[in-house]
Amino acid sequence: MSIPETFKNVEESSPMSRRDFLGLVAAWMAASSLGCALIGLMKFSMPALLPDIPKTFKIGRLEDYPIGSEKIFEERKVIVFRDQEGLYAMSLICTHLGCTVSKQVGQFDCPCHGSKFDAMGRVKAGPAPKPLSWLKISQLPDGKLDVNAMREVPMGTKFNIQNRVG
Amino acid sequence: MSLKDFFQKLAGLPKSFREFLLRHGRPTTDRARSQTVMSNIFLHIHSNRIHRYTLKKTFTFGLGVVAAASFFILIVTGLILMIYYKPSVDLAYGSIKDINFIVSGGRFVRNVHRWATNIMIVSVLLHMARVFYTAAYKRARSFNWVLGMVLFILTLGLSFTGYLLPWDQLGYWAITIASNIAASPRELTDAVGITQFFDPGGMMKTLILGSQEIGQDALTRFFLLHTIALPLAMGLVLSAHIWRIRKDGGLARPDEIKAKDMEGIAEDDKTKCIFNNAPQKTYGLMCLVQGKSPAVGRGPENTIPSWPSLFIAEIALLVLTLGIVCVLAYFFNAPLKEIADATVPENPAKAPWYFLGLQELVSYSAFMGGVGIPTIALLGLLLIPFIDREEQSLGRWFDNRNGRIAARNSLLYASSVTIGLLIFTVKFGWLRNWYPDISQLIIILVNPGTVLVAFFVTWSIGCLRKYNSTRLSAIALFTCFIVSFIILTYFATYHRGPNWDFYWLKSQWPIH
Ligand code: HEM
Ligand code: FES
Repeated sequence: MSIPETFKNVEESSPMSRRDFLGLVAAWMAASSLGCALIGLMKFSMPALLPDIPKTFKIGRLEDYPIGSEKIFEERKVIVFRDQEGLYAMSLICTHLGCTVSKQVGQFDCPCHGSKFDAMGRVKAGPAPKPLSWLKISQLPDGKLDVNAMREVPMGTKFNIQNRVG
Repeated sequence: MSLKDFFQKLAGLPKSFREFLLRHGRPTTDRARSQTVMSNIFLHIHSNRIHRYTLKKTFTFGLGVVAAASFFILIVTGLILMIYYKPSVDLAYGSIKDINFIVSGGRFVRNVHRWATNIMIVSVLLHMARVFYTAAYKRARSFNWVLGMVLFILTLGLSFTGYLLPWDQLGYWAITIASNIAASPRELTDAVGITQFFDPGGMMKTLILGSQEIGQDALTRFFLLHTIALPLAMGLVLSAHIWRIRKDGGLARPDEIKAKDMEGIAEDDKTKCIFNNAPQKTYGLMCLVQGKSPAVGRGPENTIPSWPSLFIAEIALLVLTLGIVCVLAYFFNAPLKEIADATVPENPAKAPWYFLGLQELVSYSAFMGGVGIPTIALLGLLLIPFIDREEQSLGRWFDNRNGRIAARNSLLYASSVTIGLLIFTVKFGWLRNWYPDISQLIIILVNPGTVLVAFFVTWSIGCLRKYNSTRLSAIALFTCFIVSFIILTYFATYHRGPNWDFYWLKSQWPIH
């Protein structure tokens, strides 16, 4: 038994009607603008300015640090050392999950999950995936030094006067 | 209208008011009971007749209702707390202290809010286990299982966001850790060296905190999520979840119910002749309802009107939950530490107890323990109904004898593997202790968390081979995960002290 022409599946036999086409276009347009709005919302919630305390802070002059001395900046979670070769700054933020490590003799211990770092910040034990960060020290025109906690430098980078000249 | 008329109406006020409320007469006849349910948008989230098996106490243990009741209690107490709470870093801690020590009844309300959270989490977990072990996630109910997963995630999200609000040391450091867990995909991107170009971890952390560290922006975001966004979502999904139950033909129940199953369950006093007057509602739509719906037209044995039996059971569970929560709140105070201090970490810094199992795994690899394994577990749970499509009778704990044996063996297996592994790591440490220079990538791949998962998956595949049944192997895997979750949580709660070192007792913690 053959199917009468009128009952045949319209979609199969004829191209899409104008009405369906417009409807589809409208639906897709609505969907894509919704999608764009969602992306916009994501961007909206992504802070454009980081409201944190400034990451750069002054630490005094090179002369303030006799050789072999160290100073902890608690608020900033940074420790500054002075040795023969110069001055260097290390972050005290544990690279595992961000607790503050405490300075022990020749090493740093993290209270949260027991990571241990040696005097250079290398991981000795525990779950920390990376060494403690070494931070950039630079000199301001008036001779004072500052530390930029956003700027990491390779381990072993120390600041001294030659450094500045060169 | 004459004065007399007026007084008559006045005297008749209580009666007309009652009629106004109960438009269908007192719900004493079956018909009025059905109408009570059908004509009320809130009650009609249930169908107006349910199968008696639904009320079997040892089938559901009322766990879903307890979870819903605790959510209700949380909404009410949360609203009350918001009268005084101030979501600002300068004022938050003080306002919680005021609530705790000055506001009349404040501490009690705060305690109730805290205890209801705990009850809700426990009951949601147990409810999920009940649904799993009674195979109630199968066929049409798979959709409700997925809704349930959404509720599960919302529940955890709600309690997590609430943890920061008191702005004390406890919350501050728990959220520090948690937000860095969100950033822990960096462990992976660092290990392959692409963090500079592609940093999903950092993005996630910034999105959660609105900043790089926990400050006002983080508090604002957490407050918004905790008090508006997540409760709203929870309310919506929860309504859908409960409404789905009737659309799926009521709670799951066995194909063949024995008389023994129904002992002690309320019976319908009028079962003998249910529809002695023709029902006003036509039941034609029933054919759209999936699953087995109560038969209509003949006096269906074993179904009873929801009103009153089901509603009484639910109200009883609400009262029970409220009672338990109040007793706990009266005797045990919600914790409040010193004000948040970014320079002094809590030692040990512990997350809320239900995340401690994960924290134990995090103490080997932040990424695997905090992101990898939870994702695997959630995906696994989500996919259960789509992978296990075995036809079987629903609604019985562990299905049958084989199921009971598989669950019991898995319990023994998972506890010995988990405890064994914990003893091993406490005694001998892990890779980094033996090879300090080992690459992080290897630790991400091989750590106690992944080892456990490997053990469990192997076991479950073994069960699949042995019994040739996906259902049994799912029971094995689910049991392993739950058992090990419980053991890890217990272990991290009671045996981890300062520096995350092992201690038998809290009294042995060093004083500092
Ligand atoms: C906020 C959390 C939740 C609440 C308040 C809730 C509430 C409920 C309630 C009241 C029931 C009726 C049966 C009972 O009391 O056991 C139920 C059934 C059900 N729930 Fe949940 N639930 C929640 C989370 C979950 C989760 C996490 C899952 C699983 C992933 C889930 C899956 C199901 C399924 C499949 C049913 C139907 C069971 C059957 O037909 O026997 N729910 N839920
Ligand atoms: S945060 Fe330092 S070990 Fe976890």
